[in-house]
Amino acid sequence: MRNATAEKSHVTIAAKAIGAFRHVFQRLRLPLRDPFAVAGLCIYLLFALTAICANVIAPYPATEILFNPDFTLAADLRPGENGFLLGTTSLGRDIFSQIVYGTRSALLIGLTAAVIVALIGSIVGVVAGYFGGWVDTLLMRLADIAFGIPFLPFVIVLAAFLEPSIWNVVFAMALVLWRDTARVIRSQVLTLRTRGYVDAARVCGSSDLKILLRHIAPNIMPLAFLYGSIAIGWAILTEASISFLGFGDPESISWGYMLQDAFANQALGKQAYYWFLPPGICIILIVSAGFFITRGYEQILFPKLGR
Amino acid sequence: MTEALLSVRDLRVSYKLSHGSLDAVDGASFEVPQGSIVGLVGESGCGKSTAARALTRVIADNAAITGGQIVFDGRDIARIPERNMNALRWREIAFVPQSAMNSLDPVYTVESQLNEVLRKRGGMGRSDARKRCEELFELVGIETSRLKDYPHHFSGGMRQRVAIAIALALKPKLVIADEPVTALDVIVQRQILDQLRDLQQQLGLSVILVTHDISVVAYICDRTVVMYAGRVSEEGPVKAVLRQPAHPYSMGLKNAFPDLQSSASGVLTPIEGAPPSLAEPPPGCRFAPRCPFAAELCRQTAPLSEEVSPGHAAACHRASEAGVLRSQAALPQTWMVPA
Repeated sequence: MRNATAEKSHVTIAAKAIGAFRHVFQRLRLPLRDPFAVAGLCIYLLFALTAICANVIAPYPATEILFNPDFTLAADLRPGENGFLLGTTSLGRDIFSQIVYGTRSALLIGLTAAVIVALIGSIVGVVAGYFGGWVDTLLMRLADIAFGIPFLPFVIVLAAFLEPSIWNVVFAMALVLWRDTARVIRSQVLTLRTRGYVDAARVCGSSDLKILLRHIAPNIMPLAFLYGSIAIGWAILTEASISFLGFGDPESISWGYMLQDAFANQALGKQAYYWFLPPGICIILIVSAGFFITRGYEQILFPKLGR
Repeated sequence: MTEALLSVRDLRVSYKLSHGSLDAVDGASFEVPQGSIVGLVGESGCGKSTAARALTRVIADNAAITGGQIVFDGRDIARIPERNMNALRWREIAFVPQSAMNSLDPVYTVESQLNEVLRKRGGMGRSDARKRCEELFELVGIETSRLKDYPHHFSGGMRQRVAIAIALALKPKLVIADEPVTALDVIVQRQILDQLRDLQQQLGLSVILVTHDISVVAYICDRTVVMYAGRVSEEGPVKAVLRQPAHPYSMGLKNAFPDLQSSASGVLTPIEGAPPSLAEPPPGCRFAPRCPFAAELCRQTAPLSEEVSPGHAAACHRASEAGVLRSQAALPQTWMVPA
């Protein structure tokens, strides 16, 4: 008897959890109708799982120098040779493991940059649009300045001044890329703040903070999401470019670093396609997946755009 | 007219502009008797919306009530301190906005928006509020199962009903509806108006209906207030104002609207010209520049409102000749501008 009730309560808890999950799911308004967006979400899911379980999936640590059973350096091995799935680099590192660990840094950079860019951009946009006046002028002139900064050279200069690290890219994006988000969200807020419900809230004596949190913020959420997802792709691409140009962190393996490593070791001359194709394909996959999702969101946000 | 719920006397609302100011409402007086629907009609920019909004003291930042009295239920709204105004708003005077589309927050369900009014303004408990929500939805004829829906799930007409439900939430004495049916097609307009009429009779409400559509006024209102260029040109029972208009402007308006009953040629006679600029209003009667009957006096001194019959007043120097003017006004050539 007791078992039955316990089971029942478990079932109700599970049902509630599923209900809550579904609620959050619906709130996010994932673009599930667009097949491209669904494909993008699947790719993201796959990469996310890979990143989380990297230790389990990768047979070797990404930077470990490996040796053959006969104690010679396991360098420049072809895929499948001596059990290395994608072969090894000229330094004797396992390429497959590097790809797997590279997923981690790619997602880490992508997501943190996205969150920071969306957050800063939204806050700036909302404050500028809602308060207007000199606050608006000041923030938008700052955005103008940010628009004037060439992004890639800026990151390189920043990397030269700071220690080379993948966080430079995130930091640089935070410093520069909030501008687009802020502009768009500001214009949205300009129309939102004249809506009847905002007026009504103001008449009833709601504080600015309350109006911002209750009425403005939820209404710009989808836009912030859109710009966040654009930022993911941008961040990964930027990190790859920076690493490829040799300004990356040699200690942490990223796909861009792998490309640079392959380039520096003349992988193309050695016809070592197994070395530079996989990271390139991974970058293409994750960036285009991001853009597919973005497109799906765009169709939800601006249904009139059509195809 | 002793039992007037609301009586507006000589109301003046001014907008501050970059240079000088502009009186959008310039000495308007009218009354809203208890339990009646009063239609506030006029062209765009004649001050009808500003006047209606001034009744709740919710006006633009650069606008101010600069004169007159708004006596509601024995209190002068124009003089109540701002902090006491909120006790009056929504509990006694509620407002139905023009476009419910922009007035409902798209990210909250209509129930939570109704609840906010009931619980925050009305001080109701959770279960009372829920009961009242269902009551209100039944009142405006929407299934209670749709309370959990978001505003975009509703059609325009339903959204307007939701807005009416929200206005009625706290059982106000006076409902001000600013162009409540303007954005809707005529069939939905009729449904909403019928509903409004039913609710008004059922609940003993007084309603001010702001509109530019005389047919809406004819359909639903008991009394009408015709505004022209910030002033009230004529006020009275709908039938009297529409059948025996005493002000040339009302006569002209009547000509300019299609009439289903009179099978006339179907040619409408417009009033030539446009309302005067409120920044530099003409001296004298504001309608004089467009009025075919304007005399020298009309161009110099502004007419005062005088009763032409009990409860029916017009602000026209020649109101006493209204009978003659009406027969002339019915002829299209009267309104022709001499070329």
